[in-house]
Amino acid sequence: MMQAAPSTPGFRMIRTLGAIAMLSGLLVVLVFRWTEPIIAENQRIAIEKAVFQVVPGATRRVDVVLGADGIALATDAAGEGETVYAAFDEQGKLKGIALAAGAQGYQDVVKLLYGYDPACSCIRGIKILKMTETPGLGDKIAFDPGFLRNFEALSAVVNASGDGLTNPIEAVKHGHKQFAWEVDAISGATISSVAVANALNRSMQRMAPLIQRHRDALGEVVR
Amino acid sequence: MATLRHQQEKLGLDTFLRGLWEENPVFVMLLGMCPVLAVTNSTMNAIAMGLATTFVLVASSGLISLLRNLIPKQVRIASYIVIIATFVTVVDYAIQAISLDLYNALGAFIQLIVANCVILGRAEAYASKQRLHTTLVNSLGMGAGFTVALLALGTVREVLGNGTLLGFQVMPANFEPWVVMILPPGGFFVLGSWLLLFAYIRQRQDQRVLEKGGVSDAR
Repeated sequence: MMQAAPSTPGFRMIRTLGAIAMLSGLLVVLVFRWTEPIIAENQRIAIEKAVFQVVPGATRRVDVVLGADGIALATDAAGEGETVYAAFDEQGKLKGIALAAGAQGYQDVVKLLYGYDPACSCIRGIKILKMTETPGLGDKIAFDPGFLRNFEALSAVVNASGDGLTNPIEAVKHGHKQFAWEVDAISGATISSVAVANALNRSMQRMAPLIQRHRDALGEVVR
Repeated sequence: MATLRHQQEKLGLDTFLRGLWEENPVFVMLLGMCPVLAVTNSTMNAIAMGLATTFVLVASSGLISLLRNLIPKQVRIASYIVIIATFVTVVDYAIQAISLDLYNALGAFIQLIVANCVILGRAEAYASKQRLHTTLVNSLGMGAGFTVALLALGTVREVLGNGTLLGFQVMPANFEPWVVMILPPGGFFVLGSWLLLFAYIRQRQDQRVLEKGGVSDAR
Protein backbone atom coordinates (compact mmCIF):
# COMPACT_ATOMS: atom_id res chain seq x y z
CA MET A 1 0.00 0.00 0.00
CA MET A 2 1.37 3.44 -0.93
CA GLN A 3 1.48 5.94 1.86
CA ALA A 4 0.69 9.56 1.19
CA ALA A 5 2.09 10.55 4.57
CA PRO A 6 5.86 11.10 4.90
CA SER A 7 7.44 7.68 5.06
CA THR A 8 9.23 6.38 8.11
CA PRO A 9 12.93 5.80 7.55
CA GLY A 10 13.71 2.12 7.06
CA PHE A 11 16.19 1.93 9.88
CA ARG A 12 13.52 3.00 12.37
CA MET A 13 11.26 0.14 11.33
CA ILE A 14 14.13 -2.32 11.59
CA ARG A 15 15.10 -0.91 14.97
CA THR A 16 11.55 -1.23 16.31
CA LEU A 17 11.05 -4.75 15.00
CA GLY A 18 14.47 -5.79 16.26
CA ALA A 19 13.80 -4.41 19.71
CA ILE A 20 10.40 -6.10 19.93
CA ALA A 21 11.85 -9.40 18.72
CA MET A 22 14.63 -9.19 21.30
CA LEU A 23 12.18 -8.39 24.06
CA SER A 24 9.97 -11.31 23.09
CA GLY A 25 12.96 -13.65 22.84
CA LEU A 26 14.04 -12.69 26.32
CA LEU A 27 10.55 -13.27 27.71
CA VAL A 28 10.21 -16.69 26.05
CA VAL A 29 13.62 -17.82 27.30
CA LEU A 30 12.81 -16.71 30.85
CA VAL A 31 9.50 -18.59 30.90
CA PHE A 32 11.09 -21.64 29.25
CA ARG A 33 13.87 -21.83 31.83
CA TRP A 34 11.36 -21.42 34.62
CA THR A 35 8.86 -24.06 33.42
CA GLU A 36 11.31 -26.61 31.99
CA PRO A 37 11.92 -28.60 35.22
CA ILE A 38 8.21 -28.53 36.12
CA ILE A 39 7.23 -29.85 32.68
CA ALA A 40 9.90 -32.58 32.82
CA GLU A 41 8.59 -33.64 36.24
CA ASN A 42 5.00 -33.70 34.93
CA GLN A 43 6.06 -35.90 32.03
CA ARG A 44 7.94 -38.25 34.35
CA ILE A 45 4.87 -38.64 36.57
CA ALA A 46 2.63 -39.22 33.55
CA ILE A 47 4.93 -41.95 32.16
CA GLU A 48 5.32 -43.56 35.57
CA LYS A 49 1.57 -43.69 36.12
CA ALA A 50 1.03 -45.25 32.69
CA VAL A 51 3.83 -47.81 33.16
CA PHE A 52 2.51 -48.98 36.52
CA GLN A 53 -0.96 -49.22 35.02
CA VAL A 54 0.03 -51.53 32.15
CA VAL A 55 2.36 -53.70 34.26
CA PRO A 56 0.25 -54.91 37.20
CA GLY A 57 2.12 -55.11 40.48
CA ALA A 58 5.01 -52.87 39.44
CA THR A 59 6.29 -50.13 41.74
CA ARG A 60 9.67 -49.19 40.21
CA ARG A 61 10.80 -48.52 36.70
CA VAL A 62 14.14 -48.38 34.88
CA ASP A 63 14.43 -46.86 31.40
CA VAL A 64 16.33 -49.20 29.12
CA VAL A 65 17.43 -48.87 25.51
CA LEU A 66 16.81 -52.21 23.84
CA GLY A 67 18.43 -52.83 20.45
CA ALA A 68 19.75 -55.62 18.26
CA ASP A 69 23.13 -55.52 20.01
CA GLY A 70 21.79 -55.78 23.54
CA ILE A 71 20.58 -53.49 26.28
CA ALA A 72 21.85 -50.29 27.81
CA LEU A 73 20.55 -48.00 30.51
CA ALA A 74 18.78 -45.03 28.97
CA THR A 75 20.87 -42.72 31.16
CA ASP A 76 24.08 -44.00 29.55
CA ALA A 77 22.65 -43.10 26.12
CA ALA A 78 24.86 -45.72 24.46
CA GLY A 79 23.84 -48.08 21.67
CA GLU A 80 20.94 -47.86 19.26
CA GLY A 81 17.46 -49.15 19.85
CA GLU A 82 14.08 -48.39 21.32
CA THR A 83 13.56 -46.98 24.80
CA VAL A 84 11.45 -49.33 26.90
CA TYR A 85 10.48 -49.22 30.57
CA ALA A 86 11.47 -52.22 32.65
CA ALA A 87 9.07 -52.43 35.61
CA PHE A 88 9.91 -54.13 38.90
CA ASP A 89 8.06 -54.89 42.09
CA GLU A 90 9.15 -54.01 45.62
CA GLN A 91 11.50 -57.03 45.82
CA GLY A 92 13.27 -56.09 42.58
CA LYS A 93 11.64 -58.85 40.55
CA LEU A 94 11.00 -58.07 36.86
CA LYS A 95 7.21 -57.79 36.47
CA GLY A 96 7.17 -56.76 32.84
CA ILE A 97 8.33 -54.39 30.16
CA ALA A 98 6.28 -51.37 29.14
CA LEU A 99 6.62 -50.39 25.49
CA ALA A 100 5.17 -47.63 23.34
CA ALA A 101 3.40 -48.49 20.09
CA GLY A 102 1.24 -46.77 17.51
CA ALA A 103 -0.82 -47.42 14.40
CA GLN A 104 -3.14 -45.53 12.10
CA GLY A 105 -6.65 -45.32 13.52
CA TYR A 106 -9.85 -43.90 12.09
CA GLN A 107 -8.82 -40.25 12.10
CA ASP A 108 -5.22 -40.13 13.24
CA VAL A 109 -2.50 -42.27 14.74
CA VAL A 110 -3.48 -44.11 17.93
CA LYS A 111 -0.55 -44.07 20.36
CA LEU A 112 -0.51 -46.44 23.29
CA LEU A 113 1.66 -47.94 25.98
CA TYR A 114 1.43 -51.66 26.75
CA GLY A 115 2.96 -54.02 29.23
CA TYR A 116 4.64 -57.26 28.13
CA ASP A 117 5.31 -59.99 30.66
CA PRO A 118 8.22 -62.19 29.44
CA ALA A 119 7.39 -64.87 32.03
CA CYS A 120 4.00 -65.69 30.46
CA SER A 121 4.90 -64.37 26.97
CA CYS A 122 1.80 -62.25 27.04
CA ILE A 123 0.56 -58.67 27.10
CA ARG A 124 -0.76 -57.66 30.52
CA GLY A 125 -2.39 -54.32 29.88
CA ILE A 126 -2.66 -51.33 27.55
CA LYS A 127 -3.20 -47.64 28.01
CA ILE A 128 -4.12 -45.29 25.17
CA LEU A 129 -1.83 -42.28 25.35
CA LYS A 130 -3.08 -40.25 22.43
CA MET A 131 -5.94 -40.64 19.98
CA THR A 132 -8.52 -38.66 18.07
CA GLU A 133 -11.03 -41.46 17.55
CA THR A 134 -14.71 -40.59 17.33
CA PRO A 135 -16.19 -39.90 20.78
CA GLY A 136 -18.85 -42.44 21.65
CA LEU A 137 -17.62 -44.97 19.08
CA GLY A 138 -13.89 -45.35 18.44
CA ASP A 139 -12.79 -43.83 21.73
CA LYS A 140 -14.22 -46.88 23.53
CA ILE A 141 -10.84 -48.55 22.92
CA ALA A 142 -9.56 -46.52 25.88
CA PHE A 143 -12.11 -47.60 28.49
CA ASP A 144 -14.53 -50.30 27.25
CA PRO A 145 -14.19 -53.01 29.94
CA GLY A 146 -14.96 -55.86 27.53
CA PHE A 147 -12.32 -54.66 25.09
CA LEU A 148 -9.69 -54.11 27.78
CA ARG A 149 -10.26 -57.66 29.01
CA ASN A 150 -8.52 -58.74 25.76
CA PHE A 151 -5.27 -57.45 27.17
CA GLU A 152 -5.25 -59.17 30.54
CA ALA A 153 -3.31 -62.07 28.99
CA LEU A 154 -2.94 -61.57 25.25
CA SER A 155 -0.58 -64.23 23.96
CA ALA A 156 2.58 -63.12 22.15
CA VAL A 157 4.82 -66.18 21.94
CA VAL A 158 8.14 -65.90 20.10
CA ASN A 159 8.53 -68.41 17.24
CA ALA A 160 11.19 -71.12 17.02
CA SER A 161 13.58 -69.17 14.79
CA GLY A 162 13.39 -66.23 17.21
CA ASP A 163 12.60 -63.50 14.67
CA GLY A 164 8.90 -62.92 15.25
CA LEU A 165 5.74 -64.24 16.84
CA THR A 166 4.36 -67.75 16.39
CA ASN A 167 0.92 -66.30 15.87
CA PRO A 168 0.50 -62.65 14.86
CA ILE A 169 -1.78 -60.58 17.09
CA GLU A 170 -4.98 -60.00 15.12
CA ALA A 171 -8.29 -58.28 15.63
CA VAL A 172 -11.35 -60.41 14.92
CA LYS A 173 -15.01 -59.43 14.60
CA HIS A 174 -16.83 -58.86 17.86
CA GLY A 175 -17.72 -62.17 19.50
CA HIS A 176 -15.45 -64.27 17.26
CA LYS A 177 -12.39 -64.51 19.49
CA GLN A 178 -11.16 -68.11 19.59
CA PHE A 179 -7.45 -67.99 20.39
CA ALA A 180 -5.37 -66.27 23.03
CA TRP A 181 -3.60 -64.10 20.44
CA GLU A 182 -6.81 -62.66 18.97
CA VAL A 183 -8.31 -59.31 19.93
CA ASP A 184 -12.10 -59.23 20.15
CA ALA A 185 -13.02 -55.98 18.36
CA ILE A 186 -15.67 -53.58 19.64
CA SER A 187 -18.70 -53.63 17.36
CA GLY A 188 -19.05 -50.16 15.87
CA ALA A 189 -15.38 -49.42 16.50
CA THR A 190 -13.73 -52.02 14.28
CA ILE A 191 -11.19 -49.68 12.69
CA SER A 192 -10.02 -48.38 16.06
CA SER A 193 -9.84 -51.93 17.47
CA VAL A 194 -7.83 -53.08 14.46
CA ALA A 195 -5.49 -50.12 14.99
CA VAL A 196 -4.77 -51.29 18.54
CA ALA A 197 -4.14 -54.86 17.38
CA ASN A 198 -1.90 -53.67 14.54
CA ALA A 199 0.11 -51.44 16.85
CA LEU A 200 0.65 -54.32 19.29
CA ASN A 201 1.46 -56.81 16.54
CA ARG A 202 3.99 -54.61 14.76
CA SER A 203 5.72 -53.69 18.00
CA MET A 204 5.71 -57.23 19.40
CA GLN A 205 6.98 -58.87 16.18
CA ARG A 206 10.10 -56.77 16.56
CA MET A 207 10.49 -56.38 20.31
CA ALA A 208 9.26 -59.68 21.84
CA PRO A 209 12.24 -61.70 20.42
CA LEU A 210 14.65 -59.04 21.69
CA ILE A 211 13.07 -58.99 25.14
CA GLN A 212 13.15 -62.79 25.42
CA ARG A 213 16.79 -62.91 24.26
CA HIS A 214 17.89 -60.32 26.84
CA ARG A 215 15.41 -61.34 29.51
CA ASP A 216 18.05 -62.17 32.14
CA ALA A 217 19.97 -58.96 31.51
CA LEU A 218 16.72 -56.96 31.79
CA GLY A 219 16.07 -58.53 35.18
CA GLU A 220 19.47 -57.29 36.36
CA VAL A 221 19.16 -53.60 35.42
CA VAL A 222 17.39 -52.75 38.66
CA ARG A 223 20.64 -53.34 40.57
CA MET B 1 4.97 10.75 15.31
CA ALA B 2 3.52 8.43 12.74
CA THR B 3 -0.06 8.25 13.95
CA LEU B 4 -2.66 10.92 14.40
CA ARG B 5 -3.92 11.55 17.89
CA HIS B 6 -7.07 9.58 18.53
CA GLN B 7 -9.98 10.32 20.76
CA GLN B 8 -8.95 8.94 24.17
CA GLU B 9 -11.70 7.00 25.86
CA LYS B 10 -12.46 7.89 29.44
CA LEU B 11 -12.28 4.99 31.84
CA GLY B 12 -15.72 3.94 33.01
CA LEU B 13 -17.69 0.87 33.93
CA ASP B 14 -18.76 0.64 30.30
CA THR B 15 -15.12 0.16 29.22
CA PHE B 16 -15.24 -3.22 30.94
CA LEU B 17 -18.87 -4.20 30.43
CA ARG B 18 -18.88 -3.60 26.69
CA GLY B 19 -16.91 -6.80 26.10
CA LEU B 20 -19.30 -8.83 28.20
CA TRP B 21 -22.55 -7.91 26.50
CA GLU B 22 -22.83 -5.12 23.94
CA GLU B 23 -19.69 -6.05 22.00
CA ASN B 24 -19.28 -9.65 23.15
CA PRO B 25 -16.54 -11.02 20.89
CA VAL B 26 -18.32 -14.33 20.29
CA PHE B 27 -22.06 -13.67 20.44
CA VAL B 28 -22.09 -10.18 18.91
CA MET B 29 -18.92 -9.71 16.87
CA LEU B 30 -18.70 -13.43 15.91
CA LEU B 31 -14.92 -13.40 16.17
CA GLY B 32 -12.59 -16.25 17.11
CA MET B 33 -15.07 -18.92 16.06
CA CYS B 34 -12.42 -21.60 15.59
CA PRO B 35 -11.58 -22.23 19.27
CA VAL B 36 -15.19 -21.48 20.23
CA LEU B 37 -16.43 -24.44 18.22
CA ALA B 38 -13.44 -26.72 18.63
CA VAL B 39 -12.52 -26.84 22.31
CA THR B 40 -15.87 -26.25 24.04
CA ASN B 41 -16.74 -29.94 24.29
CA SER B 42 -16.17 -29.83 28.04
CA THR B 43 -16.45 -27.17 30.73
CA MET B 44 -12.85 -27.56 31.85
CA ASN B 45 -11.53 -27.05 28.31
CA ALA B 46 -13.74 -23.99 27.92
CA ILE B 47 -12.47 -22.43 31.17
CA ALA B 48 -8.83 -23.14 30.33
CA MET B 49 -9.13 -21.82 26.79
CA GLY B 50 -11.01 -18.73 27.99
CA LEU B 51 -8.41 -17.93 30.65
CA ALA B 52 -5.50 -18.55 28.29
CA THR B 53 -7.01 -16.27 25.66
CA THR B 54 -7.79 -13.62 28.27
CA PHE B 55 -4.21 -13.64 29.50
CA VAL B 56 -2.80 -13.29 25.98
CA LEU B 57 -5.35 -10.59 25.19
CA VAL B 58 -4.64 -8.48 28.29
CA ALA B 59 -0.86 -8.89 28.20
CA SER B 60 -0.44 -8.22 24.49
CA SER B 61 -2.92 -5.33 24.46
CA GLY B 62 -1.13 -3.79 27.42
CA LEU B 63 2.29 -4.01 25.80
CA ILE B 64 0.97 -2.74 22.47
CA SER B 65 -0.68 0.18 24.22
CA LEU B 66 2.60 1.03 25.97
CA LEU B 67 4.54 0.90 22.71
CA ARG B 68 1.81 2.48 20.58
CA ASN B 69 3.76 5.69 19.92
CA LEU B 70 7.01 3.87 19.16
CA ILE B 71 5.76 1.38 16.56
CA PRO B 72 5.86 2.80 13.01
CA LYS B 73 2.60 2.35 11.15
CA GLN B 74 4.16 0.29 8.35
CA VAL B 75 5.38 -2.49 10.64
CA ARG B 76 2.60 -2.41 13.21
CA ILE B 77 0.90 -5.69 12.22
CA ALA B 78 4.23 -7.53 12.25
CA SER B 79 4.99 -6.07 15.67
CA TYR B 80 1.58 -7.05 17.03
CA ILE B 81 1.96 -10.61 15.77
CA VAL B 82 5.39 -10.96 17.38
CA ILE B 83 4.07 -9.64 20.69
CA ILE B 84 0.98 -11.87 20.59
CA ALA B 85 3.05 -14.93 19.62
CA THR B 86 5.36 -14.28 22.56
CA PHE B 87 2.55 -14.34 25.08
CA VAL B 88 0.98 -17.40 23.43
CA THR B 89 4.29 -19.24 23.85
CA VAL B 90 4.34 -18.17 27.50
CA VAL B 91 0.82 -19.56 28.00
CA ASP B 92 1.79 -22.73 26.14
CA TYR B 93 4.62 -23.47 28.57
CA ALA B 94 2.53 -22.44 31.56
CA ILE B 95 -0.29 -24.87 30.70
CA GLN B 96 2.23 -27.68 30.15
CA ALA B 97 3.60 -26.95 33.60
CA ILE B 98 0.15 -26.82 35.20
CA SER B 99 -1.33 -29.99 33.70
CA LEU B 100 -0.25 -32.24 30.83
CA ASP B 101 -3.74 -33.73 30.56
CA LEU B 102 -5.20 -30.29 30.01
CA TYR B 103 -2.45 -29.52 27.51
CA ASN B 104 -3.26 -32.68 25.54
CA ALA B 105 -6.99 -31.95 25.65
CA LEU B 106 -6.54 -28.45 24.21
CA GLY B 107 -4.14 -29.73 21.57
CA ALA B 108 -3.05 -27.33 18.87
CA PHE B 109 -5.61 -24.72 19.87
CA ILE B 110 -3.31 -23.07 22.40
CA GLN B 111 -0.77 -22.26 19.70
CA LEU B 112 -3.61 -21.16 17.46
CA ILE B 113 -4.48 -18.35 19.89
CA VAL B 114 -1.90 -16.43 17.82
CA ALA B 115 -4.36 -16.42 14.95
CA ASN B 116 -7.39 -15.56 17.09
CA CYS B 117 -8.89 -12.50 15.43
CA VAL B 118 -10.28 -11.18 18.73
CA ILE B 119 -6.73 -10.44 19.89
CA LEU B 120 -5.37 -8.90 16.71
CA GLY B 121 -8.67 -7.07 16.30
CA ARG B 122 -8.40 -5.54 19.78
CA ALA B 123 -4.76 -4.61 19.17
CA GLU B 124 -5.58 -2.79 15.95
CA ALA B 125 -8.91 -1.28 16.93
CA TYR B 126 -8.27 -0.37 20.55
CA ALA B 127 -4.86 -0.94 22.12
CA SER B 128 -2.93 0.89 19.40
CA LYS B 129 -4.94 4.06 20.07
CA GLN B 130 -5.83 4.11 23.75
CA ARG B 131 -3.92 4.66 26.97
CA LEU B 132 -2.68 1.77 29.07
CA HIS B 133 -5.27 1.70 31.84
CA THR B 134 -8.34 1.86 29.59
CA THR B 135 -6.75 -0.76 27.32
CA LEU B 136 -6.17 -3.13 30.21
CA VAL B 137 -9.74 -2.74 31.49
CA ASN B 138 -11.24 -3.06 28.03
CA SER B 139 -9.25 -6.16 27.09
CA LEU B 140 -10.03 -7.73 30.45
CA GLY B 141 -13.72 -7.18 29.68
CA MET B 142 -13.32 -8.66 26.22
CA GLY B 143 -11.48 -11.65 27.68
CA ALA B 144 -14.22 -12.13 30.27
CA GLY B 145 -16.84 -11.94 27.52
CA PHE B 146 -14.93 -14.54 25.50
CA THR B 147 -14.61 -16.82 28.54
CA VAL B 148 -18.30 -16.49 29.42
CA ALA B 149 -19.23 -17.35 25.84
CA LEU B 150 -16.97 -20.42 25.83
CA LEU B 151 -18.48 -21.47 29.16
CA ALA B 152 -22.00 -21.02 27.82
CA LEU B 153 -21.16 -23.49 25.06
CA GLY B 154 -18.95 -25.79 27.13
CA THR B 155 -21.40 -26.42 29.97
CA VAL B 156 -24.35 -27.15 27.68
CA ARG B 157 -22.27 -29.46 25.49
CA GLU B 158 -20.78 -31.36 28.43
CA VAL B 159 -24.10 -31.81 30.26
CA LEU B 160 -25.98 -32.98 27.16
CA GLY B 161 -23.14 -34.84 25.48
CA ASN B 162 -21.62 -36.58 28.48
CA GLY B 163 -24.13 -36.20 31.32
CA THR B 164 -21.46 -34.56 33.48
CA LEU B 165 -20.43 -31.09 34.61
CA LEU B 166 -16.73 -30.51 35.30
CA GLY B 167 -16.44 -34.30 35.40
CA PHE B 168 -19.18 -34.83 38.00
CA GLN B 169 -22.30 -36.77 37.04
CA VAL B 170 -25.25 -34.38 36.96
CA MET B 171 -27.71 -36.27 34.80
CA PRO B 172 -29.64 -39.31 36.10
CA ALA B 173 -27.92 -42.65 35.52
CA ASN B 174 -30.38 -43.75 32.83
CA PHE B 175 -29.66 -40.61 30.77
CA GLU B 176 -28.34 -41.55 27.32
CA PRO B 177 -25.70 -38.94 26.35
CA TRP B 178 -26.26 -37.06 23.09
CA VAL B 179 -22.89 -37.89 21.59
CA VAL B 180 -23.43 -35.41 18.75
CA MET B 181 -23.05 -32.58 21.28
CA ILE B 182 -19.40 -33.49 21.89
CA LEU B 183 -18.71 -33.83 18.17
CA PRO B 184 -18.07 -30.71 16.04
CA PRO B 185 -21.71 -30.45 14.81
CA GLY B 186 -22.81 -30.07 18.44
CA GLY B 187 -20.73 -26.89 18.65
CA PHE B 188 -22.69 -25.41 15.78
CA PHE B 189 -26.03 -26.49 17.27
CA VAL B 190 -25.32 -24.95 20.66
CA LEU B 191 -23.80 -21.77 19.23
CA GLY B 192 -26.82 -21.39 16.94
CA SER B 193 -29.21 -21.84 19.85
CA TRP B 194 -27.45 -19.21 21.95
CA LEU B 195 -27.38 -16.74 19.04
CA LEU B 196 -31.10 -17.36 18.50
CA LEU B 197 -31.81 -16.71 22.17
CA PHE B 198 -29.83 -13.46 22.21
CA ALA B 199 -31.39 -12.25 18.97
CA TYR B 200 -34.81 -12.94 20.46
CA ILE B 201 -34.02 -11.04 23.69
CA ARG B 202 -32.70 -8.09 21.71
CA GLN B 203 -35.76 -8.02 19.49
CA ARG B 204 -38.04 -8.06 22.53
CA GLN B 205 -36.13 -5.14 24.02
CA ASP B 206 -36.36 -3.14 20.82
CA GLN B 207 -40.06 -3.83 20.58
CA ARG B 208 -40.70 -2.75 24.14
CA VAL B 209 -38.93 0.53 23.49
CA LEU B 210 -41.02 1.07 20.36
CA GLU B 211 -44.28 0.26 22.16
CA LYS B 212 -43.48 2.78 24.85
CA GLY B 213 -43.20 5.30 22.02
CA GLY B 214 -39.77 5.84 23.43
CA VAL B 215 -36.88 7.82 22.10
CA SER B 216 -34.76 6.76 19.16
CA ASP B 217 -32.17 4.93 21.26
CA ALA B 218 -33.26 1.38 20.62
CA ARG B 219 -30.71 -0.21 22.89
